[in-house]
Amino acid sequence: MSLEYYLILSALLFTIGVIGVLIRRNAIIIFMCIELMLNAANLAFVAISRSLGEATGQVFVFFVMTVAAAEVAIGLAIIVSVFKHRQTVNVDEVNSLKG
Amino acid sequence: MNAEQILFILFGAVSLIGAISVISFRHPIYSALSLIVTFFAQAGLFVLLGAHFVAAVQVIVYAGAIMVLFLFVIMLLNLETLSVQGAIGRKLKGLAIILGILFAAEGIYIAVNALNDTAVASAESGAAAVTTTTYDIGELLFSKYLLPFEVTSLILLAALIGVIVLVKREGQEES
Amino acid sequence: MTIELIVVLLVAPLIGFLINGLLGKWLKGNEQLSGWIGSLAVLVSLVCSIIAFASLHGGAAPFDETLYEWITGESFAFNIGFRVDALTSVMLLVITGVGFLIHVYSIGYMHGDEGYTRYFAYLNLFVFAMLILVLGNNYLMMFVGWEGVGLCSYLLIGFWYEKQTATDAGKKAFIVNRIGDFGFLLGMFTLFAAFGTLDFASIFEAAEADNFQKVFGASTLVIATLLLFVGAIGKSAQIPLYVWLPDAMEGPTPVSALIHAATMVTAGVYMIARSAVLYNIAHTGEVVAWIGVLTAFFAATIALTQNDIKRILAYSTVSQLGYMFLGVGVGAYASGIFHLVTHAFFKGLMFLTAGSVMHAMANELDMRKMGGLKTKMPITHWTFLVGALAIAGFPFLSGFWSKDEILHSAWGSSPIIYVIGLVTAFLTAFYMFRLIFVTFYGESRVEPDVDSHLHESPPVMWVPLAILAIPSALIGLLLGWGGHESWFHHFTKSVFPEAHHDASGNVILFMVISSIVGLAGIAFAWSRYRERTPSDEPTNALHRLLANKYYVDEMYNALIVQPIKNGSHYLLWRIVDNGIIDGIVNGVGTIIRFIGGTLRRLQTGLVQVYIVSMVLGIVLFLAYYLFFT
Repeated sequence: MSLEYYLILSALLFTIGVIGVLIRRNAIIIFMCIELMLNAANLAFVAISRSLGEATGQVFVFFVMTVAAAEVAIGLAIIVSVFKHRQTVNVDEVNSLKG
Repeated sequence: MNAEQILFILFGAVSLIGAISVISFRHPIYSALSLIVTFFAQAGLFVLLGAHFVAAVQVIVYAGAIMVLFLFVIMLLNLETLSVQGAIGRKLKGLAIILGILFAAEGIYIAVNALNDTAVASAESGAAAVTTTTYDIGELLFSKYLLPFEVTSLILLAALIGVIVLVKREGQEES
Repeated sequence: MTIELIVVLLVAPLIGFLINGLLGKWLKGNEQLSGWIGSLAVLVSLVCSIIAFASLHGGAAPFDETLYEWITGESFAFNIGFRVDALTSVMLLVITGVGFLIHVYSIGYMHGDEGYTRYFAYLNLFVFAMLILVLGNNYLMMFVGWEGVGLCSYLLIGFWYEKQTATDAGKKAFIVNRIGDFGFLLGMFTLFAAFGTLDFASIFEAAEADNFQKVFGASTLVIATLLLFVGAIGKSAQIPLYVWLPDAMEGPTPVSALIHAATMVTAGVYMIARSAVLYNIAHTGEVVAWIGVLTAFFAATIALTQNDIKRILAYSTVSQLGYMFLGVGVGAYASGIFHLVTHAFFKGLMFLTAGSVMHAMANELDMRKMGGLKTKMPITHWTFLVGALAIAGFPFLSGFWSKDEILHSAWGSSPIIYVIGLVTAFLTAFYMFRLIFVTFYGESRVEPDVDSHLHESPPVMWVPLAILAIPSALIGLLLGWGGHESWFHHFTKSVFPEAHHDASGNVILFMVISSIVGLAGIAFAWSRYRERTPSDEPTNALHRLLANKYYVDEMYNALIVQPIKNGSHYLLWRIVDNGIIDGIVNGVGTIIRFIGGTLRRLQTGLVQVYIVSMVLGIVLFLAYYLFFT
């Protein structure tokens, strides 16, 4: 299997994540979509690591996962506190930034 | 068509379907479950690429820890009734999908063309057979990437404290 | 003469000002102390002045030294420097001598006033500024003092600031002086442009050098000296800017005596005498002389019909200043300054006696409500009489000498000027003795309730009067005996260039003519006002014209003040300010609000809209990167 198929798959998965972020209003699902994008990036990392024959790409995947874990913990905590204040997790109802 | 190709198509298809399901289901629980499916399929792809360590961490950290956290929060907030879609305008949605297609097209273009003349392409031909092991990763992690590795521990610590602060502030306000 | 002496001389009034000005709150309970501090400060200056004068008189070289550089630029340097020569030392004696007596007099006069310490602070500041004016060795220093005395004049005219007329008079004085100061400034600029320096010594030296005439021509100096003279016109109340001085009588009477008779108003004369070299080269003295003699005549005619004693004295001051300008204008610089000195004494004396009368009369100024004060206030009467005789040119009193010298020099310049001056001398004697007869002689017309309080002033007031009366009577004789060979001329010879016109004719004859004219004026006044009071209503057109001061104030009001006011109101305020400036300011606001209002619609607060924009950006950048580079 050549590298480019993996990269194409990675691109498609990433795009699905982007579209999800754009069209869903539930903050939790948006979060899931972000995880999806991170995973797509991981896939590209591993594929390139394989084709280059060295482990650096996988080391980076390891770092990405660590950051993702931290991010999810914080993000969900924020979502929980927003929900406590506003009884919603829909991002279009949280519009304090409106000018 | 050899086994690797069959498995690639299988895992690839499953992960794509899972990903589309994530953004299509109305109920967050279903989305979360679809995401787990995607993660498992990706773990399979990692195995295909010979990255066994990553595959294992993928299953343990993502499919295990992170998704459990997601499910826990969804159930804690009981979002079943709040998942109705709507307020985002149709125009915005259409624009988003068009942008997504363009974005994907650009990604594929990069995948197919942009890498042709780079070092990646040249290295692929000669070193394709070399597989990396967990040993290699460990060695890199504790030698060349020791400092970033230590920094990640700080990030996790910061996240830990951040979560505690966020939750604690809520508690004070309520009392 | 050392620099220390001059610094002490100069700084003493400043210290007095600072003590009274800054610590006035603590001095308030003890106003006598405040007054004596102010007087002591001037006394220190007086002593220093006497020492300086004595050393100059003893043959010491004039002092001219730079203390330090004030402003330094690439092509210019302005220095704080002092010059003490015969002219300066005479001015110093007048300022500090008359100033000291007036300070002492003020202790009694201002007794019980709300702003007692403030008054002495201003007065000390004035003396300080006046000293800078005469001590400076360059035009910039002179200008600093010039502005300083202008400020103090403004502050002191408007001293009773609760009174509308007083604040108005202060503003009038300040604004009219501004016009003159503008001329002074331009004159200074002209001099600087021509000479590249403002130091007296350098300018005079360069102006006398032959090559200056070749390089710049005389016209530069003509312009410069005329512009400087505009400054003098403003400060010394000559035609056409004299209008502020009569109004300045709204201030306390000792202020009128010190600032508006003895010192500040003579600054213009001093300035021209100081610049004598320039005026001689430029031959602009004639203009000065004509303005001076016309002012002298004009003001004297107005004084004929006034009934307010301070106003009569004010117009008399304007008239006498005219004499001084006449003197310096015809090149008799020493005579002009001589008249300045004698005038400072006798006019200061008369203002102080007028103050004494006011003090006794509960601030009454209208002499029609006085009369017969001679018996009630003998010292005041006698001292005033000395002053009046001096100004009238009574033989051998001080005014006689100085005025006669000026008229004598004027004859050498132009007989017409001489005749006008002589007529003015007659008028002077007449209006002064009209004042005396109406105020101090005849029937008492004092209101009964005022009459019961009528009293001679306390010693702190009449002692300065008595002291001032002595020099008023005798200083002319001491300094002026011998005409152009007198001591005064001898003393100041080093400062002034030779006069254009050699005084010709028989000195004794001129003296006799002057005396006769003066005595005739006195006699005429006696015949008319010995028994009679001035009528309330003007009887004929000429009288009405004079009583209304030639309608000059009304004319200025109609020709200058009203157009400026209307222009300010309709053009500047309504159109420029409201229309254009406010329009621009509000327009900017409106435009920004419009832009903001448009932009704010982009800020929906919907995170996803922001993300869509971001993704759009990424797509576009990627496209650019992939396909166009």
